[in-house]
Amino acid sequence: MNVAFFFEVLIGGLLAGVMYSLVALGFVLIYKASGVFNFAQGAMVFFAALTFISLVERGLNFWLALVVTLAVMVVLGIAIEKVVLRPLVNQPPITLFMATIGLTFVLEGLSQLVWGSQPHGLELGIQDVPMEWLSQSTGINISQFDIFAAGVAGLLVAVLALFFQYTRIGRALRAVADDHQAALSVGIPLKHIWAIVWSVAGFVALVAGLMWGARNGVQYALTFIALKALPVLILGGFESVLGAIVGGLIIGASEKLAEVYIGPMVGGGIESWFAYVVALLFLLVRPQGLFGEKIIDRV
Amino acid sequence: MFYREAGQFKSSYAEDQQIFPIRQDRIGITALLLVVFVAVPLLGDQYWLSAIFTPLLIFALAALGLNILTGYAGQLSLGTAAFMAVGAFMAYNFMLRLPWLGVIPSFILAGLCAAAVGVVFGLPSLRIKGFYLAVATLACQFFVLWAIQRWGWITNYSASGVITAQKMVILGFPFDTPALKYLLTLSIVTLLALLAKNLMRSETGRAFMAVRDMDVAAEVIGIRMMHTKLLAFAISSFYCGVAGAMYAFCYLGTVEPEAFTLDLSFRVLFMIIIGGTGSILGSFIGAAFITLLPIFLNVMFGGISHLLGVEIPHAVISNLELIIFGALIIFFLIVEPHGLARLWQIAKEKLRLWPFPH
Amino acid sequence: MSARAHPVGEVVLSVENVSLSFGGVKALQGITFDVREHEVRAIIGPNGAGKSSMLNVINGVYHPQQGTIKLRGREFHDMNSHEAAKMGIARTFQNIALFKGMSVLDNIMTGRNLKMRCNFLQQALWIGPARREEMAHRRAVEEVIDFMEIQHIRKTPVGKLAYGLQKRVELARALAAEPTLLLLDEPMAGMNLEEKQDMCRFVLDVNDHFGTTIVLIEHDMGVVMDISDRVVVLDYGKKIGDGTPDQIRTNQAVIDAYLGVAH
Ligand SMILES: Nc1ncnc2c1ncn2[C@@H]1O[C@H](COP(=O)(O)OP(=O)(O)OP(=O)(O)O)[C@@H](O)[C@H]1O
Ligand SMILES: [Mg+2]
Repeated sequence: MNVAFFFEVLIGGLLAGVMYSLVALGFVLIYKASGVFNFAQGAMVFFAALTFISLVERGLNFWLALVVTLAVMVVLGIAIEKVVLRPLVNQPPITLFMATIGLTFVLEGLSQLVWGSQPHGLELGIQDVPMEWLSQSTGINISQFDIFAAGVAGLLVAVLALFFQYTRIGRALRAVADDHQAALSVGIPLKHIWAIVWSVAGFVALVAGLMWGARNGVQYALTFIALKALPVLILGGFESVLGAIVGGLIIGASEKLAEVYIGPMVGGGIESWFAYVVALLFLLVRPQGLFGEKIIDRV
Repeated sequence: MFYREAGQFKSSYAEDQQIFPIRQDRIGITALLLVVFVAVPLLGDQYWLSAIFTPLLIFALAALGLNILTGYAGQLSLGTAAFMAVGAFMAYNFMLRLPWLGVIPSFILAGLCAAAVGVVFGLPSLRIKGFYLAVATLACQFFVLWAIQRWGWITNYSASGVITAQKMVILGFPFDTPALKYLLTLSIVTLLALLAKNLMRSETGRAFMAVRDMDVAAEVIGIRMMHTKLLAFAISSFYCGVAGAMYAFCYLGTVEPEAFTLDLSFRVLFMIIIGGTGSILGSFIGAAFITLLPIFLNVMFGGISHLLGVEIPHAVISNLELIIFGALIIFFLIVEPHGLARLWQIAKEKLRLWPFPH
Repeated sequence: MSARAHPVGEVVLSVENVSLSFGGVKALQGITFDVREHEVRAIIGPNGAGKSSMLNVINGVYHPQQGTIKLRGREFHDMNSHEAAKMGIARTFQNIALFKGMSVLDNIMTGRNLKMRCNFLQQALWIGPARREEMAHRRAVEEVIDFMEIQHIRKTPVGKLAYGLQKRVELARALAAEPTLLLLDEPMAGMNLEEKQDMCRFVLDVNDHFGTTIVLIEHDMGVVMDISDRVVVLDYGKKIGDGTPDQIRTNQAVIDAYLGVAH
């Protein structure tokens, strides 16, 4: 086995995993704060990326487009809270989950209705090419775009961590995640908290959308990357930011390694399901996930 | 002709446990069966029979299958399309490789294959619940489609994975017209719906619901968790498998693996949400709703564009459809989480009291 | 309590040195006690003492780290719920654990699942045996319904019932299994006086008519002292008293730990 090649695949996989983590992060934020498994996260990624690129193509300056898109995502978050979540507030989690599937359809239809359904290229100024100095010195090809994406993801997590640690809203959000009752005593109404967290998730979706859009183009297929983030979630747990990151790395690496080393044996194309099987096998051994604590139902 | 049960006294538990304990309901269902078995095939035109009624019934069966698992046994599944795919492609293989078997045994065996796949992918339900399980069923969805596309044997090495369903001949009699295919579908679906109804009002159905509502208490009562959950997966996937086989043989004719994507799973899920989870009737109402909605929307958009004198582009219509679909789901979840079947039930209660509410 | 139809007999259940903890919380520490045939055995103790945990260990919902359960001569380190049910243990829960989406009748019918023999194919076809079996059990369930005086609500979904009635239905579901050992976790909690009296009567009637052995958790001291033969007292996971109501009333440790605190 070629060691350099192995490491190339491994590192490529880890970096791809970071991209999954980016999407998974949006899920975790919403789940922690509102107990909702937001299936529409992928549609939000698509919606954000498509809005952004369409604004840019209509001549808006990059940063301005970013700010406008962010504003749109905030409005979207508030609207979702008002129209979908509030009326369903005391329903079982499964009902809310199904509502977010409905939301997925609405968002997919809406984004294409407004902006059209043709694919767009998205240019962030970072080429998806191997870093030359690395290739020359070690023979390992690592895309500089992947490194950039990992950096952005790291930055995003850092920003979120600061937000949760040092702002009043952030602290309130953490309180809700721990205990809904306690949150009420922080003095921020639950509905505001939900609107805020959905807006923050919209922001995360925008970042993920930019990264994925730059890599694969902004197109309908972006909605499917959410499906890639799901195994990350069951591996890392719906409630753990750390889980989302570590889970993403594990899924990304094992998926790429399997594709290269196992794929040819079974006919290739296994990345569509391999991540799920890894996550499942893992759950069979450890149902509480990577970082979850074992919970015994109280009766 | 009031809708009443007054004067209809039940003298035994058997009478009390009939499927339709009220006489008016029995009359109604008989009339309905006459219409769908006799009037529709005689009077319905080809298009309605082959493009609307037949798929509607097939979807109703798939929805019924999912309802058994999700609505009754409480195990959320997003893998319905995969079980349907197993049914479709295995029915094709049985017909191809064991031609002497005949159509109905092939469908049954195909259903059993789907059931076996269902049990394998139902195993995680013994350790995990809720969303985790829902995500796990996605594994089935992706794995099965992948296997069909990559393992040539399944599609008899056809170039693009497309198979053509064989002609259906039962006891020497060819089922080749839309009306006959419709009747075949209707018979199978009616029979399976009846079996499901019986099952759901017996011990098995109660065990499913017990596991759904409170698994710890169910276990304490002596209900075997593993047996019950896996049985739910098996029966549900059997129904979906047979639905898939009929989807291929009675409706599509030519089938590609892409006919069974996650979108189809969602479609069936929507049927049970809108129709009513945990209701056999709801599976039918939901399937009718979701099948007829696009047709209705098309007609409506056609009318609107005619009125306005402008052509609405196809892309716009399909996106509007997506939005309306999604919005309806949310609407139903908010307004009546138990679906149209519950509304029907409430209407009947009201009718029982009408016009004297005492 | 004079001249009982079923006088208290041999030990049928003994709990020996059972310890259970959740992470750092020691819910039970080396608990030992026994239950005799046909008796009404009460478990009392302040909140969080480990009473519910004790019942959960007995019928296999929780798995203790240490100790054994002896039931009718068989020894279990680790009970399993299904096995417990088969050996005649039935149970009600502190926070009602009915099947919310089902009618009262269906809820009680589930109580008889272990006695049903037909397989799912027979049930689906609704052929002779399956049908007869269903009717036979329906009859048995109707008897329980009569016994518990809940005829008027048999078709009502349990979710719609008042709390007191739900507790009654839960007891009916347990009785439908014709248990020989009945575990009741605070069957009278949250009831008004009249409902409490009714419930007391049911519990005593069950014990009296069917000779069912009953282990009962209850906070209402009056009730406990009235209806139980013997009482175990738990506090912080430890057993601090065991004996007849009269002995418990005068046990200093119990008075300090439990009766001393206002309830
Ligand atoms: N499933 C569980 N997971 C974690 N801790 C538990 C669990 N069940 C019980 N405990 C803990 O074990 C201890 C004993 O609880 P238990 O419910 O047995 O008390 P109890 O005597 O029934 O109290 P109460 O009168 O309030 O019902 C408590 O500290 C409780 O928090
Ligand atoms: Mg308790």
